[in-house]
Amino acid sequence: MKKILAALLGLGLSTFAFGGAAQAADEKACFIYVGPIGDFGWSYQHDQGRLAVEKELGVQTAYQESVEEGADAERAIERFARSGCNIIFTTSFGYMEPTNKVAKKFPDVKFEHATGFKRDSDNVSTYSSKFYQGRYIQGQIAAKVSEKGVAGYIASFPIPEVVRGINAFILGAQTVNPDFKLKVVWVNTWFDPGKEADAAKTLIDQGADIITQHTDSTAAMQVAEERGIKAFGQASDMIKFGPKSQLTAIIDDWAPYYVERVKALKDGTWASQDVWHGMDHGSVAMAPYTNMPDDVAALAQATQDKITANTFEPFTGPIMKQDGSEWLKDGEKADIGTLLGMNFYVKGVDDQLPN
Amino acid sequence: MSPKFSIRLEKRDQLSSFFSIVSPFIALLMTVALGAVLFAFLGKNPAEALYVYFIEPLTETWSLHELAIKAAPLILIAVGLSLCFRSGNWNIGAEGQFVMGGVAGSMLPIVFPTFDSFLVLPLMLICGIVGGMAWASIPAILKNRFGANEILTSLMLVYVAELFLDWIVRGPWRNPQGFNFPESRGFTEWQILPEMLASGRMHYGALIAVLVVLAAWVMLSKTLKGFEISVVGQAPRAGRFAGFDPKKTTLFVFLVSGGLAGLAGIAEVSGAIQQLRPSISPGYGFTAIIVAFLGRLNPLGIFAAAIILALSYLGGEAAQVSLNVSDKVTSVFQGMLLFFVLAADTLIHHRIKFSRPVMKTVMGA
Amino acid sequence: MGFIEAVLLTIVTAATPLLIAALGELVTERSGVLNLGVEGMMIMGAIAGFAFALMSGNPYVGVIAGVGFGALFSLLFAFLTVTLVTNQVATGLALTILGLGISGLWGEAFVGVPGVKLLPIEIPLLSEIPLIGKLLFAQDIIFYCSIVLLFGVSCFLFKSRMGLTLRAVGDNHTSAHALGISVSRVRYLAVMFGGACSGLAGAYMSLVYTTQWIENMTAGRGWIALALVVFASWRPNRVLIGAYLFGAVGIAQLHIQALGFKIPSQFLSALPYLATIIVLVIISRNRRLTIINTPASLGKGFVPDR
Repeated sequence: MKKILAALLGLGLSTFAFGGAAQAADEKACFIYVGPIGDFGWSYQHDQGRLAVEKELGVQTAYQESVEEGADAERAIERFARSGCNIIFTTSFGYMEPTNKVAKKFPDVKFEHATGFKRDSDNVSTYSSKFYQGRYIQGQIAAKVSEKGVAGYIASFPIPEVVRGINAFILGAQTVNPDFKLKVVWVNTWFDPGKEADAAKTLIDQGADIITQHTDSTAAMQVAEERGIKAFGQASDMIKFGPKSQLTAIIDDWAPYYVERVKALKDGTWASQDVWHGMDHGSVAMAPYTNMPDDVAALAQATQDKITANTFEPFTGPIMKQDGSEWLKDGEKADIGTLLGMNFYVKGVDDQLPN
Repeated sequence: MSPKFSIRLEKRDQLSSFFSIVSPFIALLMTVALGAVLFAFLGKNPAEALYVYFIEPLTETWSLHELAIKAAPLILIAVGLSLCFRSGNWNIGAEGQFVMGGVAGSMLPIVFPTFDSFLVLPLMLICGIVGGMAWASIPAILKNRFGANEILTSLMLVYVAELFLDWIVRGPWRNPQGFNFPESRGFTEWQILPEMLASGRMHYGALIAVLVVLAAWVMLSKTLKGFEISVVGQAPRAGRFAGFDPKKTTLFVFLVSGGLAGLAGIAEVSGAIQQLRPSISPGYGFTAIIVAFLGRLNPLGIFAAAIILALSYLGGEAAQVSLNVSDKVTSVFQGMLLFFVLAADTLIHHRIKFSRPVMKTVMGA
Repeated sequence: MGFIEAVLLTIVTAATPLLIAALGELVTERSGVLNLGVEGMMIMGAIAGFAFALMSGNPYVGVIAGVGFGALFSLLFAFLTVTLVTNQVATGLALTILGLGISGLWGEAFVGVPGVKLLPIEIPLLSEIPLIGKLLFAQDIIFYCSIVLLFGVSCFLFKSRMGLTLRAVGDNHTSAHALGISVSRVRYLAVMFGGACSGLAGAYMSLVYTTQWIENMTAGRGWIALALVVFASWRPNRVLIGAYLFGAVGIAQLHIQALGFKIPSQFLSALPYLATIIVLVIISRNRRLTIINTPASLGKGFVPDR
């Protein structure tokens, strides 16, 4: 029985077994996502970047979605390296160690790791985006639009990226209203629409009239729309979910970077680097400023222009830490290391970080 | 109401040895047939798809290593669970026990990073076992002392364990050199469960899993304890007459299965991941429940079932890459495979009768 | 809307899908079948509800579709576990895997598309009662269903002949069979009722709770529903208590956070699970009550002897 089966299978398959390896000559760009591409958030936006690469450069691409950070990630990355990928984008912080491990084994393949800091070999690059720039603008808008002077922030996990966002938001708000209050709720998930909606309702019930979120789904935006208050979109333009609510949204646009890097690979100019692009490179985009008075939109646009032109940096002193101690002197700019690993709040945030 | 056709099962007097051997192949054939339809429907070459799924992972040394890495924790956990299920204890919280084993076992390398001698690994494994045991003892004790149903307590403790891991990695055990990112310091030298062969990253967790299978097989088939577990589960009254204490059995099976899940946890952390992270399991503890039943609660069966399941995961990943199908397709395929395997299993115990009832009264006869 | 009213309303929304799915599973389990596929049936209900509501523009069509697809999907489970007597635990888990896969495939086209909201129906006069009016009488149809289901299931199980039959099958399928009851028919119907309820709960997720489709959006609520059946020792009234307790603690912990208490959020997030365990321990003291209500044939397949 076994033999017959094997023979049956073998017959049918021998013709196809070699089909895959033949086209290895062309460039192939591969992507690993931590969530499903249907999350309409983080992984969805990375996949939009992949599609842009396919469209603009005509390069073959492949992806694996919902890859758990851990032992599965190393296998996923190695599988790509073995299957003829020339460049592999690993799009979650948790892939840092496996990316570097696999990169050592495959010196001819290029690796691009998002949001990490480790580059053990010269075929590894790291990249991230300065989403906090958008948060600063949101803070300014929030303080202008809010009647109660209280915003609610739905946060996912206490990692530097999220903490930076909270700090940038309150700093932006304080430029308009020094007493602006920010309530933070941690939901301990990237991905539970129901819980995000609960958190939004909780924050509104406790007096927030602006909602912003660092979780992926559109649930909070819908709650804001129902309750008739304003909110900010996250990761992608959520105007369809809150036509009367969305003030603007931070849009993660990975397409420019992905196209640039795959093109560099084709041209033979790819080299290991560590980049932290922001609005200047188009990595962080803002959805249209809507549902706000013209003067507020103008203020937001002015700030956006300054940040894009690199004439203004949100983390510029004087800034005090939450406990009132001085962090940055007047005019002093935050160094990259501190920003990258930010684990403290600035003054005005009503919450405590786990330590 | 009565259907025109009816499918009826009849118990066999003896297990069919023919179907014991053939049923996996029937399942495979059915999966191949329906899988071919599925992939053809998606515009993929069915033959290529099935090759990618079932053959390719077995043709490369690299993926055989990966197969072992994926199967080992499933085996360890499922063997422990099989003792629970045999004795009528519904431990569905192995995921939490796995996590707590990983956490407890990581204590040494994280809290005492400089303690790096040959002693550290055995101590880590012991800590992992103890951690899993401790976590599993909670539902056992709550059941024995208060009659609290273990399905609920063990499941709820999974979420608690996951949140605890999340907290400890983001808080006290965060890597001081890690820019405040949520991960512990990396393990070094003696703190790592070493790889077994130079050709891949399979580590000694795989060997441990094989040893555990053998030990469990011996215990279940040759010792009084094994007999006791089955009797308490299948005939509690008879068990009491024989002087077996169901409470002691409950505690025993929970401790064993928790210990094994904890061992799997620390083996995964120390061997495959080599640091503690906010999440360390892609649902091993739940998948192992399927493995345990697919293996008919028998250690040798569990070994085979874990390989099949691990293969279906690996095949699914390979299919995503070489066929450009999404992971949704692979879970549909996996669900289908499981259904066929489970259904084919029925043939071993039963004869299937298709009948067209002439009169209604014949039906229930 | 006052603060307390608003908070209670949030709790109702959080508890309703749990209550419905748990009531359905309770009936299934009372017939002796343990279906661990609640999560899978729920997500099928969520996508079916979303898709049909969007395509027809009518949320009620979505509600019906959610119920229908939940029941249809559970039929697969019933065929395997009742007709082919496969292992119920493994089959249920496989059903969840399959449900997550199918719903994900089906939903690919709906990512980023706003759904159709199922609007509340205000019952005249009653909805104007202070505090409880808005809470109980200005809700959507699915909430009303949950209440009807609660009383319906109670009455059915303990007051009707059919309920007695169902319980007899769950307690001792061999005797039930000897009495001439068709064990498999009862179990088919019980499983499908559970599937329909899970589907309804799923539709609530995508039509009321959050009007959108996201893969895996039930996020483990099916598992909580399963635990609640156990929590309730298979009694409908206790399912109500369990669902609202779980929902309330979950919302309360968010409020504690928003108030700025300095407690690690992970600990607060763990509160609903811990609270459920603690309450279960307290109410499990009366063991006789638990034993009486536990279906003795739960999880065991039945094949009649020739």
